[in-house]
Amino acid sequence: MTVAPKREAYDVVVIGAGPAGLAAAATSAEAGLSTLLLDENIGPGGQVFRAIASTPVTDRNQLGADYWVGADLVQSLRATSAEVIHRATVWSLDRNLDIAVSVGGASAFVKAQRVILATGALERPFPIPGWTLPGVMTAGAAQTMLKSSALVPDGRTVIAGQGPLLWLLAAQILRLGGRIDRILDTTERGNYFAALPHAFAFLTSPYFAKGLAMMREVKAKVQVVSGVTELSAAGEGQLATVSYVAGGKRETIPADLLLLHQGVVPNVNLAMSADVEHRWDDLQLCWSPVLDASGNSSVAGIAIAGDGAGIGGANAAVVRGRIAARAAVEALAPAAAAKLRSMAALRADLAKAERGRVFLDTLFRPAPQFRIPSGDTIVCRCEEVTAKDVLDSVAIGATGPNQLKAYRRTGMGPCQGRLCGLTVTELMAQARGKTPQEIGYYRLRAPVKPITLAELAAVPKSEADIKAVVRG
Amino acid sequence: MTRCVDAIVVGGGIHGCSTALHLCLAGLQPVLIEKDYAGRHASGVNAGGVRQLARHIPEIPLSIRSMGIWEKIKDLLDDDCSFESHGQVLVAENEEELAVCRTRVAELNALGFTHEELIDATELRRLVPAVAESCPGGVVSRRDGAANPAQTTTAFRRKAEQLGATVREGVAASNIRYSDGLWHVDVGAETFAAPVLVNAAGAWAGKIAAALGEPVPVETVAPMLMITSRVPHFIDPVVILRGRKLSFKQFSNGTVLIGGGHLATPYQDRNETVLDWKSLATSARTVFELFPVMRSATIVRAWAGIEAKMKDDIPVFGPSSRHKGLYHQFGFSLHGFQLGPGAGAVMAELIVNGGTQTRVGDLGIDRFHPSTL
Repeated sequence: MTVAPKREAYDVVVIGAGPAGLAAAATSAEAGLSTLLLDENIGPGGQVFRAIASTPVTDRNQLGADYWVGADLVQSLRATSAEVIHRATVWSLDRNLDIAVSVGGASAFVKAQRVILATGALERPFPIPGWTLPGVMTAGAAQTMLKSSALVPDGRTVIAGQGPLLWLLAAQILRLGGRIDRILDTTERGNYFAALPHAFAFLTSPYFAKGLAMMREVKAKVQVVSGVTELSAAGEGQLATVSYVAGGKRETIPADLLLLHQGVVPNVNLAMSADVEHRWDDLQLCWSPVLDASGNSSVAGIAIAGDGAGIGGANAAVVRGRIAARAAVEALAPAAAAKLRSMAALRADLAKAERGRVFLDTLFRPAPQFRIPSGDTIVCRCEEVTAKDVLDSVAIGATGPNQLKAYRRTGMGPCQGRLCGLTVTELMAQARGKTPQEIGYYRLRAPVKPITLAELAAVPKSEADIKAVVRG
Repeated sequence: MTRCVDAIVVGGGIHGCSTALHLCLAGLQPVLIEKDYAGRHASGVNAGGVRQLARHIPEIPLSIRSMGIWEKIKDLLDDDCSFESHGQVLVAENEEELAVCRTRVAELNALGFTHEELIDATELRRLVPAVAESCPGGVVSRRDGAANPAQTTTAFRRKAEQLGATVREGVAASNIRYSDGLWHVDVGAETFAAPVLVNAAGAWAGKIAAALGEPVPVETVAPMLMITSRVPHFIDPVVILRGRKLSFKQFSNGTVLIGGGHLATPYQDRNETVLDWKSLATSARTVFELFPVMRSATIVRAWAGIEAKMKDDIPVFGPSSRHKGLYHQFGFSLHGFQLGPGAGAVMAELIVNGGTQTRVGDLGIDRFHPSTL
């Protein structure tokens, strides 16, 4: 049973119950602050620990030991007095720290003294020809089905792209008895050399041995084609074939399912709609919030932790959650901060958790042809705008994503740019010979997730309204 | 180095862009200065209503002049601005409201204006089949309609530039001064000089006027709007309620824009607004009651544009009462979009010919300051 928040105001409201949010809420509540954790999913865990409290997968090896770390985080949170609400969609946050949340079909408003955003990551758009065909989906969506329902593909399946999650998903599918016909690795050959100077840090990171073992495990069972430089999907109303070029040779293979993945990027929509300042990250090729060492953003009272603060992975997310929460405790109840792990120790934890990240970011930096499409390839799915449409608009005067709305309505559909924003920024930057930072991003607006008119209409009336509205 | 031009227009809203365009058409070479980009604020994000309906009497001549331009907007701009003319309907929800409508239409008729027409329940139902049964009638202005505001403002800017206007976006006009018979304005490292300065800076225009010795009673406001997901086509005209703060428009793609003048809190210096969801909920409730077809729609986005509202709700339009060569064009008080095309045309006439056939005398800044010119 999902219920509305018990109070109108909290010391700390944490948004998102992935690793960062679980850790932040536990730390804040442990220190005695009134703490509310709002999360959109049906249970705790976010994406990395999705369904941690409910997964039907019981063999611990199948999802890997790292997955089950989430169970401990959930345990420590449950030991506190933090109020946790799942299936709660936060659809508005502003600089006054007023939060609008939709719970069980009704909206509620809460106010916070501190907000910790732990909204995690989104998969980077992968706009290749045919990516909008039924039968093409993101690896993340496939992983969601696998974790929450133990569903794995059984048709002819191709996985294409790059990055740690791609290999993890492949391993998980195989362990659960799913089918993978081929893996098309789009990692650029040059990236291996570029990443080399950072390899030492990575060798000493916990990801190294695990990552290597996982890739070996997958490669033993599936044909892996590396150095893929071109990729497209085709079919009449449904995916039928996948074409690719590797080593200069083109091949077309039949497929029922194509899973695409080229890394994750911070989910910035809620933070941006609250006017938090973001900067373009040239290494991770995405927008990241401008934060101080404690995760505080440009808007007073709003801190950001986890992958939403810049991609760092689950271990870093946990520490960042603790750091942001500790900073909130220091501000609101300094005496209580003494019993928490010291900031210096937490920062050392973070440095350790972030070791090897630059190597991964450099190695798995997606190639331009998979980020910046051309011709008839769809860029904006909501409004069916192609790369050519965007370039045509640039030619007659559109200077950035917001101006482009006046020409093509890009970013004005229900997804508010989640599926096209990065593509539009980079495409326009390339076309205009500017940096993504100069080109900018969509101005995002609440509700960051659509709410029904009926739900908004059900918002409790103010005194004045009750007096005024007697008709109907 | 100072660059001499024929006119300096400060503000890249629909008014500044339209004036720049019409100055070009009259053979002048203006510079248009916009601190953000054309259409960034109210002009690009308003409800897009192209409305003669329910206007203050002093601005009706300007509105009628503008309507003529709207109907040929594609000839002027090579862009249709998504302008559609399905009329605008003011709905009376009860007999008292209908009586007010009747008096209003009679008053306009007496002044010689015929664009507003009283309608009964039958005609109302014909125009707006989805309206609640209990509404007894209203007023229609049949030539009215709606356009895409961002597309329109962008089109004015683009055409002005094509016709020779110099456009400077992203840097604010500063250090506005008059010397040696010319207005001088700095734009970053550049300086422009011209015999004519047009203050069309929207929410920022009041400060410019005050700095030039002509303070006016103006405040900065941010009317909120929200848009829904696509719903089946059910309405053609724009609908406004007589008694409640609500306006309503369905676009050809099925999305529905809900407005009506509830205000957000503007943070003008930061180009930001903070929405008031409790007020938007009131709008949602009104729609919910009057248009059952909308009940399952979702709200996709809400926003507010920053603009200037005069104490008397009518714009400041025309020559300065203190300075030669200075013209004001601001304070459109939540209803300036439809006036943009006509106001630019009339402003160009005032500048180039020293007068106009369109009656705009009641809109001058001299209503606050007796002329010293």
